[in-house]
Amino acid sequence: MRIGVITFPGSLDDVDAARAVRLAGAEPVALWHAEHDLKDVEAVVLPGGFSYGDYLRAGAIAARAPMMRDVVDRARQGMPVLGICNGFQVLCEAGLLPGALTRNGHLHFRNRDQALRIERADTAWTSDYEAGQQIVVPVKNGEGRYVAADADLDRIEGEGRVVVRYVEGNPNGSMRDIAGVTSADGRVVGLMPHPEHAVEDLTGPGTDGLGFFTSVLKAVVAA
Amino acid sequence: MTQDSATQGLSDLDTGPGPLQHRLDTVELAARTPDVEQPYGELGLESDEYARITAILGRRPTTAELAMYSVMWSEHCSYKSSKVHLRRFGDLPRSEALLVGIGENAGVVDVGDGYAVTFKVESHNHPSYVEPYQGAATGVGGIVRDILTMGARPIAVMDSLRFGRADAPDTARVLPGVVAGVGGYGNCLGLPNIGGELLFDDCYAGNPLVNALCVGVMKHEDVRLAKAEGAGNKVVLFGARTGGDGIGGVSVLASETFDAEGPAKRPSVQVGDPFTEKLLIEACLEIFREDLVTGIQDLGGAGLSCATSELASAGTGGMHVDLDAVPLRDSTLTPAEILMSESQERMCAIVEPGKVEQFLAVCRKWDVLATVIGEVTEGDRLTVDWHGERIVDVPPRTVAHEGPVYDRPMQRPADLDDLQADDPAALARPTTPEELAAHWLAVVASPDGADKTWVTEQYDRYVRGNTVLAQPDDAGVVRIDEETSRGIALALDGNGRYARLDPYAGTQLNLAEAYRNVAVSGARPLAVTNCLNFGSPEEPEVMWQFAEAVRGLADACRELGLPVTGGNVSLYNQTGDVPINPTPVIGVLGVHEDVRTRVPTGWRTAGETVLLLGETRPEFGGSAWASVVHGHLGGRPPAVDLGAERALGELLAALGREGLVSSAHDLADGGLAQTLAESALRYGTGARLTLDGDPFTALFSESAARVVVTTTDPEAVRATAEWTGVPVTALGTTGGDVLAVEGVAELPLAELRAAWSATLPALFGTPEATVGSVPAGTVPTS
Amino acid sequence: MPRVVVDVVLKPEISDPQGQAVLGALGRLGHDSVTSVRQGKHFVLEVDGTPDEAELRQIAETLLANPVIEDVELHIPKD
Repeated sequence: MRIGVITFPGSLDDVDAARAVRLAGAEPVALWHAEHDLKDVEAVVLPGGFSYGDYLRAGAIAARAPMMRDVVDRARQGMPVLGICNGFQVLCEAGLLPGALTRNGHLHFRNRDQALRIERADTAWTSDYEAGQQIVVPVKNGEGRYVAADADLDRIEGEGRVVVRYVEGNPNGSMRDIAGVTSADGRVVGLMPHPEHAVEDLTGPGTDGLGFFTSVLKAVVAA
Repeated sequence: MTQDSATQGLSDLDTGPGPLQHRLDTVELAARTPDVEQPYGELGLESDEYARITAILGRRPTTAELAMYSVMWSEHCSYKSSKVHLRRFGDLPRSEALLVGIGENAGVVDVGDGYAVTFKVESHNHPSYVEPYQGAATGVGGIVRDILTMGARPIAVMDSLRFGRADAPDTARVLPGVVAGVGGYGNCLGLPNIGGELLFDDCYAGNPLVNALCVGVMKHEDVRLAKAEGAGNKVVLFGARTGGDGIGGVSVLASETFDAEGPAKRPSVQVGDPFTEKLLIEACLEIFREDLVTGIQDLGGAGLSCATSELASAGTGGMHVDLDAVPLRDSTLTPAEILMSESQERMCAIVEPGKVEQFLAVCRKWDVLATVIGEVTEGDRLTVDWHGERIVDVPPRTVAHEGPVYDRPMQRPADLDDLQADDPAALARPTTPEELAAHWLAVVASPDGADKTWVTEQYDRYVRGNTVLAQPDDAGVVRIDEETSRGIALALDGNGRYARLDPYAGTQLNLAEAYRNVAVSGARPLAVTNCLNFGSPEEPEVMWQFAEAVRGLADACRELGLPVTGGNVSLYNQTGDVPINPTPVIGVLGVHEDVRTRVPTGWRTAGETVLLLGETRPEFGGSAWASVVHGHLGGRPPAVDLGAERALGELLAALGREGLVSSAHDLADGGLAQTLAESALRYGTGARLTLDGDPFTALFSESAARVVVTTTDPEAVRATAEWTGVPVTALGTTGGDVLAVEGVAELPLAELRAAWSATLPALFGTPEATVGSVPAGTVPTS
Repeated sequence: MPRVVVDVVLKPEISDPQGQAVLGALGRLGHDSVTSVRQGKHFVLEVDGTPDEAELRQIAETLLANPVIEDVELHIPKD
């Protein structure tokens, strides 16, 4: 199956996302932000990085790229979309996911191997995990603090939209330790940590991140 | 204010548009007005240098020419004080691994399978003191462009940082900004930071050292050179617009006698835009793939002056530039300022006319501004026009390569004999187990010895997905081919205390340490780069230190069979009148045939045998123990034994290849005490050890050519070591949550970790510390 | 050419670590009278012709600010 990886100006982890897709057994397809051609992909990954330098707000300008209109349309029809780090920020800015990502509480960029708890194992991107399972993948961001108004957070929690949560320490001050959320239908998932950096023992803290990329293979077949 | 006569001075010339509209200082005017007084002294030129320029041109230089010569003949660009010494590196035997040597933007090394690697360290010391965030950020940006210019994709960065005392108030201003700047730029560029150094010493209080390394990889056939050839080929300037950055000195020409109506004094601080640089990288790599350039050069120090004169002089010599075509961010810039501007994120390419359209299209795709500003011409003159008038007409070689060369007076420092005689043998040593344990903790928890996570957490080490080892491992290791697992290793080391005590031996020890760090990872050392940070070359004692350091490095490279691929010299590093300790930072590049055989530094498994490779002698001169416990610097540095280093390197390579060791960590600052603590804390595995002989010497001596390894097969390690002649001492066995040394100390890892990891957060941990030096949100765009 | 100013600040309910850091620094400098700091963004837009308030509000609310966490204030010259 073909999984698209969109490159925006300033995308950085696009090569990593493509590698993870390949290691999961799918075919990565490079997509360019300025085009309107999704090239028959069945799912899309929005990679990490600093699209447009994060100069207005992280993800704000990329969310308004031509390709994103197609992604939003297809996502509303159920195409699985995964946003990692900057990709998560783009999805929030594009209105596909609730909440927003702001500057880390301690104001530093922070890169560390982070423990996470899988809260939902029934989304398109997390079905290869068990609910409650703990995994370790790298986190690295300067604007990763998940925020929303309290009432919105209550609603997000109430609807079971939290997919992954930080455990053993919150790296950026995210409210309620939220590391990632999903759309109501479980097809669109965004998270700040980087599962694509935990797909090989040689270069990551382990291979705990691979499950995100293998999960979606089943989600597409099932859809 | 009106001045009609050009002979009254040049302060009113070249001020561009504005209320005053002064006359332009053209070549024609310069020829007619030989007696005009020019402010060459304020631009840093000596009177004999000015006379030489006049002799070269056969007339006085125009304002624009004077600006070009002054900046290109500065110490920073011309290496005029260091050149005579650096020739030693060029005299080293030709290495087969060296594809491109000294003289280009960075050397290029063959790492096998058709891959070539280019790497270089550069200083950004003074700018980082003035504006820590931007100074450090633009330091990273500059070295990345040097690597890109060679045709390589930049794949990783490292940073070697030195500050004044860790608890000094100014360190709290400078360090957080520098770290945030290195991280802010590198992270946004998508380059993993794989290691470096962080050290503190009073001598850096008013002059921190910020040395950044970048490494890039390409195929052999992709190597690009900076030269302008082929008359009619176009000169294309691309990247950011040109503003008034970094031309403080040159603005003397414009602002000297001006009132409020004149142009403002230009800021000397350069502001970095990593997003633009990322686009520049991707655009350049696409341009290289499509084979659209015949030559390329980045714009760094001295901006367009440097790029145009170097491109022209490396080619056939002729080039014409129409300065009006340069896209400006600030329309009040004078032509001299445009030529000197150090605005960041700019490159200059030589493009065949038939490929210009395609070149511009690639730039458009990446939102990179690109403009044709001139062309390669017949002949050997570099000419520049402004508003249709000729303002520069020079032989480019005289600007770029034929600057002054000084063989400055040298003198062995008067205090060196006393310093070397002040042997640390006289210092009070710990005798009881309690004292030994206290000194051990003091060394490990000192700012130099402490956990560097506070810094490295601010750097992305994962991006691009090829980082195999990074700090706190001894060397950074990066995979360059996913199919074959071929990779490279890099280490940067520069002990200034050793070099202060003996610059010749100290520099060799720095090389030896970097060599050892690369070997420890299992890699084969291949090539050397350097960043030589010293005080004022006008001080004979500093010049002597510099010459000794260069001689030491050249001799050691010859003995180890390693080429020097290039380097950087940073002079005038001093606080007030006091020069910094001579600080030659040495980088060693190694190759891994298969990075899967890399050896990490930490202990992971209980029950393994801990072995010390190499010989320990009572050597405490310049040691961390003497510095931390007694605030002492004196005596002689540890003995250099390059034969032993080479044998150790061969042994480590063999052990790595055969998979005989599960960890290896070199001994350097802090000796065995530091190495044992770091090995245990890495993965939280303790050990029970016995030290032969005097425990103080065993723990705190800094004898070189030593490494601690762990193994499940000590007999096999011994057998291999015997073959290379490296002494092996069994220390004990890994396991438990205590680092225990028989009769000396029982250090619970929790206690050790608390001491080791608390130091930097306690000094710099409050987020408020960065307010004021870090722009809110992100780096400001221009 | 008319200049329109758009100020973007975090909604009162969203915490502002940058503002808090500035407040902490002010306290250390002895400026105890300042009790709260909120940091925001200030945009200056040069507009061709007469500014269209509705259009500018849309620009401010859909791009310059993220309405999930930020409020906008528009300052349009009256003459």
